[in-house]
Amino acid sequence: MRALPLLIIAGVATLLLAIASLFIGVSDVTLAGVFSGGPEGRPMQVLLISRVPRTLSLLLAGSSMAIAGLVMQIVVRNRFVEPGTVGTTESALLGFLLVTLLAPGWPIMAKMMVAALFALAGTFLFLRVIRSVPPRDVLLVPLIGIMLSGIIGAVTSFFAYRFGLLPSLLAWELGDFSGVLRGRYELLWIGLVCAVAAYWAADRFTVAGMGEDFTTNLGLNYNQTMTLGLIIVSISSAVVLVSVGIIPFLGLVVPNVISLLVGDNMRRTVPWVAVSGAAFVVACDILGRVIRYPYEIPIGVVVGVIGSVIFLYLLLRTRRSAA
Amino acid sequence: MSRRTWTRPVLVLVILSLLALVSIVCFMTLGAKGSWSFVIPFRGRKLLGLILVGYSVALSTVLFQTATNNRILTPSIMGFDSLYVLLQTSLVFFFGIGSLISLNSDLHFLLEMVVMIGFASALFSWLFVWQERSLHLLVLVGIVFGIMFRSVISFMQRLMDPNAFNVLQDSFFASFSRVDTDHLLFAYAVLAVVTIAVIRMIPVFDVLTLGRANAINLGVNYKRTITAMLIMVSVLVAVSTALVGPVTFFGLLVASLAHSLVGNSKHKYVLPAAVLLAVICLVGGQTVLERIFEFDTALSIIIEFLGGIVFIFLVLRRTAR
Repeated sequence: MRALPLLIIAGVATLLLAIASLFIGVSDVTLAGVFSGGPEGRPMQVLLISRVPRTLSLLLAGSSMAIAGLVMQIVVRNRFVEPGTVGTTESALLGFLLVTLLAPGWPIMAKMMVAALFALAGTFLFLRVIRSVPPRDVLLVPLIGIMLSGIIGAVTSFFAYRFGLLPSLLAWELGDFSGVLRGRYELLWIGLVCAVAAYWAADRFTVAGMGEDFTTNLGLNYNQTMTLGLIIVSISSAVVLVSVGIIPFLGLVVPNVISLLVGDNMRRTVPWVAVSGAAFVVACDILGRVIRYPYEIPIGVVVGVIGSVIFLYLLLRTRRSAA
Repeated sequence: MSRRTWTRPVLVLVILSLLALVSIVCFMTLGAKGSWSFVIPFRGRKLLGLILVGYSVALSTVLFQTATNNRILTPSIMGFDSLYVLLQTSLVFFFGIGSLISLNSDLHFLLEMVVMIGFASALFSWLFVWQERSLHLLVLVGIVFGIMFRSVISFMQRLMDPNAFNVLQDSFFASFSRVDTDHLLFAYAVLAVVTIAVIRMIPVFDVLTLGRANAINLGVNYKRTITAMLIMVSVLVAVSTALVGPVTFFGLLVASLAHSLVGNSKHKYVLPAAVLLAVICLVGGQTVLERIFEFDTALSIIIEFLGGIVFIFLVLRRTAR
C-alpha cells in the first residue's frame, strides 16, 4: 500500500491544476473579485457559468477517455490501441453525423446513444478484421486499426461533403473546450459512470485479457466480459465526442506511460490512469489558453502534438524490449 | 508484327494507353459550352496539372516501393506529403505572410524542394539504411510521423494571424478540381529531368527487386542508389503536393494495380502502367464526377476510401502468407 500516499499526492496536484484552470481566461476572475462581487457579481457568474463547467468537463473527459483506452488495451490485448486508432471514435462520428442529418430535432442524449451504438458496431468490425492477424504481431493491430479509422472517416467526410456539413464536421472533430458552458456538458458525467464501472470490473477485464480459454476455466463468461468492456469504451467515446470533440491519442499515451511507471495490475492502475488522464487534459488545456493569450488553441491540437510525440517514443522503444 | 511481341505486359500497356486517351478526350470535350478558344486553354491547364500529379505520384510510389523492397509502403504513408505541407507552413510561420505572396515564384518552389529533399533524405535514410527494423514498425512510425507533422501544422496555423491561417487552410485537403497551375512549366521541366534519370537507372531498379543482398552481390552501389532514389522521390512528392495537396492512398492504389495487371516486376512495364493508371484514375474520375455527378472535390475522398481498403487487404494477405 505504499502507492496510496503517492496517488493522493497526484490527486492533490491534479486538484491544484484544476483550481488554476478556474482562474485562467480572458475575463478577469480573482478570488477577491469573486467574494467582493457577491453571488450576482460578474466574476462569480463567469465562474459558475463558464469556468467551473469547463474545468469539470476537462477532468471528466480526460479521465474517461484515458480509462476507455486502458479497457480497450486490455480487452484487445494490445498496448497500442485506443478508441481513436481502431475506428471507434470515427464510427461514433459517423453515427452522430447521420443522426444529425436524419433527425436533427432529437435530444442530444438520443443522438449520443446513436453515436455510441455506431461506436460499438465499429469496434466489433475492427475485432472481426483483426481476428485473422497472428496474435504475436503487436504492431499490425494498431496499423489496421488506423487504416480502418481512415476508411470510416472517408465515408463520414463523403456524407458531410454531400450535405454541406464539412465545416461542422471539422468543428466536431477537433477537441475544444472553449464552448463548454453550464447546461452543455452534463453528459460527461456518464463518462464518470463508465470509469467507475471499469474500476468495478477491473479484475474481470484482467482475466479476460488472458484469453478465452483461461477466462472460461476460471468460470467467467468471456463474451459477456468483452462486450461489457467494449460498451464502456463506446459510451465513453461517444459522450466525449458529442460534448467536446476528439482528443487524439489520450487513451493511448496515458495508460502506456502509467504502465511504465506503476505496472500492469489493472485494479491498481485504474485510479492512476483516471487521475493522470484528468491532469494531462487540464494541463494541455491551460497551455492552449496561455500560449496565445487572449486567443485559444483548441485542446485537440495541443494534445495532438504532445500525444504523437509520446506515441513515437513508445513505438521506437518497443524494438529494444521486443527484440 | 509477329504474334510474339503481344505479350501480356505490352497488351496491358496498349489498353491502358487507349483508356487514358479516351479519358483525356472526354475531359476536354464533354459538356463544353462556349467557344473552343476559351475551353481548350482553360481545361488544358487543368488537364496538364492532373497528368503531372498522376505522373509524379505513380513514379514516386513505384520507386519508393523498389527502394524499400516492399509493396505496402508508399511515400505518403510514410509522411512525405505532410512533411512538405509542414515545410510550407513553417516558411509562412517564420517569414510571415510575405513569403506566401512569393510562394508563386519558381525560385521559392525550388528552395522548398531543396529543403524538402534534405529533410526527407536524412529522415528516411536513417530509417531504412542505418536501422534494420520490422516493416510494421516502419509503417506505423511513418503514419504517426504524418499525424505528428499534421498536428504541428495545425498548431502553427493557430499561432498565425487569421489571414495567413485562411490562406493556408486549404493546404490540408487534396483537391483535384483546384489544381494550382502556376508552376506548370517549371514542374514539367523538373519532371523531365527526373524521368531521364529514371530511364537511365531502370536496369538498376530491376536488380534491386532481387533484394538487398543480391543487389550488392551483383555490384550495385546500394547506399548510393537508394539515396538517389529517395532524392527523386522527394522531388516528385514536392511537385505533386505543391499542386494538389496531400493524397494518402492514391499512389498505393495505382502501384498495386499496376503490379497485378502487368504480372511481373520489370520496371520498364510497371512504371508506365502505373503512370497510365494514375492518369486514368484522375482524369477519368474527375470527368465522371464533374460531368455526370456534379461533385467537385469528392474524388480525393473516394480515392482515399478505395485505397484504404486496398491497403488493409494487402496487409492481411501478406500476413496470411
